[in-house]
Amino acid sequence: MGIEHNSDGSSKAKPAGSSLAATSLKIVGALLFAAFVLILVPMLINGAERWDLYYTLTSVALLSIASAGVWLTFYIGRINIGQAAYALIGGYVSAILVVDYGVSFWWTLPLAGLTCAVISVFVGLPILRLRGVYFAMVTLVFTEVAKMAALALPITHGASGIANIPLPGALEIFGLTLIPDFNTLENSRYAFYILSVTLMLLCYFMMYRLVNSRMGRLCYSLQQNEELASSIGVNITYLRLVAYAISSFLGGIGGAIFAAISQSVYPSSFAVADSINFMLNCFLGGLGYVLGPMLGTFVLYFGWDWLFQTGKYQLLIFSSVLIALMLILPNGLLSIRLWGKKS
Amino acid sequence: MSDILSIENLTRRFGGLYAVNDVSFTVRENEILSVIGPNGAGKSTLFKLISSFLKPTSGRVMLQGEKISGLAPHIVARKGVVRTFQETTIFRNMTVRENVIIAHHLQSEASLFGYFAGSANARSDVRKFGQSADDILTLLNLDSVAYEMASNLPHGSLRALGIAIGLATNARVLLLDEPFAGMNHEETMRTVNMVQGVRDRGVTVLLVEHDMAAVMKISDRIVVLNFGEKIAEGTSTEIQNDERVIEAYLGIEDESIGL
Repeated sequence: MGIEHNSDGSSKAKPAGSSLAATSLKIVGALLFAAFVLILVPMLINGAERWDLYYTLTSVALLSIASAGVWLTFYIGRINIGQAAYALIGGYVSAILVVDYGVSFWWTLPLAGLTCAVISVFVGLPILRLRGVYFAMVTLVFTEVAKMAALALPITHGASGIANIPLPGALEIFGLTLIPDFNTLENSRYAFYILSVTLMLLCYFMMYRLVNSRMGRLCYSLQQNEELASSIGVNITYLRLVAYAISSFLGGIGGAIFAAISQSVYPSSFAVADSINFMLNCFLGGLGYVLGPMLGTFVLYFGWDWLFQTGKYQLLIFSSVLIALMLILPNGLLSIRLWGKKS
Repeated sequence: MSDILSIENLTRRFGGLYAVNDVSFTVRENEILSVIGPNGAGKSTLFKLISSFLKPTSGRVMLQGEKISGLAPHIVARKGVVRTFQETTIFRNMTVRENVIIAHHLQSEASLFGYFAGSANARSDVRKFGQSADDILTLLNLDSVAYEMASNLPHGSLRALGIAIGLATNARVLLLDEPFAGMNHEETMRTVNMVQGVRDRGVTVLLVEHDMAAVMKISDRIVVLNFGEKIAEGTSTEIQNDERVIEAYLGIEDESIGL
């Protein structure tokens, strides 16, 4: 299960002039993409009156945030099949604070992420020294542990979960309303869409910065060779923990918004299958590309939905296609772009 | 020359086997000291103990009076003792230049998050490391392959890259693991010059090696291990004439084995 890796083209920037042009091209591309998802997509949805797409695309955005976290753990050379645990924890933290303590959703959102980050430090400290399939197995089990804990703990209300979570209220700072109360909106699905997509854009922007900064190169050096990284003086334990905490933070954020949209959270809201999907999203998009998990989530989510028409063959076709893709494109969908460049 | 590193009664046991048994010697500042010995003599284990990748069963390693054995490897590196590895141990999917740049880690002024946020320190670090990497690549004749993926490099250049990584850490003591293994004569001589170039920059070099010709040529002093024990220590002439060394390498006269 080696992680073959094609380095991102950006790291090769050698002549200063062309890299400047490439940078401005990237900025333009990012702005166009932001305009597309924030303005054009809602216009198209409203035009076609396909309101259900809001929910679908919101899910894709949130799942891709959580997947970005998994991708970061891949980037330090760890196969993470435990992200659903953090999504679940994030969902519960937000739900409990909103329902039982009357805290504003907008405060619970960062708290959900931070709680996950703190928990991940305690979980990561013993398990991050494991590699390969051993780390993968432990994280897989951790997903199940989180679900069991949600069933057993009194604070999570056991199997009945937490239902009837109110929609997010207004976010006001110094009397200035930054985000209106979702209850007063005609279309809360649109509001959730904008919220999730904005966070997704922010998340991937940060992730791009991280990966292309020296911090990202240090993370990548861990994936390449931990022994050597350690011998050149990198505190590998600390760096692994930081990466894992960021990863879990993103899982918690995704889970918290999910709970707010579905207005409920149950022990089974995020299960092992979700953990595996988060990982597959990364594989599918490409482990060598920051934007890989975003594309992977999109294709996987819609691919699965689209195959619904094949009835009982859905899973069979789906998994066959996935296996075929991994064989043909071991570096993910985005590696197609690289082939084009080479020829 | 004063002592920079002293190895004191170092012992490492794996189960019932003494991989390194009560080994003591000192390394003087700015010398090239080679550790030689037949296969399985404990050379690699000794290196791992000095760089603290392994903890000793007993004994200790002192760096200018400060105990470094038992510390985490990255702390030992921070104190100036850096181990480079055999050729397979590089950052394979980075370019040659990136390998050397990343190895400047110990000279970082910015924090991890400073790099993420692009603080002033981070920007000056990145600029400095780039320049320094270019200098090192030129010194080791790697500038022509600076933007190649490290995994595409030929054998000899990989070894040079390993040394470049070591240099980039700004180590005071560099541990080189078999820098001449698998090289032909010409490549070996070029690498010998490289290692001497490293020493001329003020670095103390400790190396483990099989290639006797290179060891004899390059070393100020030699330490010989056999079955985990130190059997000799001295200049190359002394070592070449040492009976126990000859015995260890050529075998004992047949009557004493009892054949």
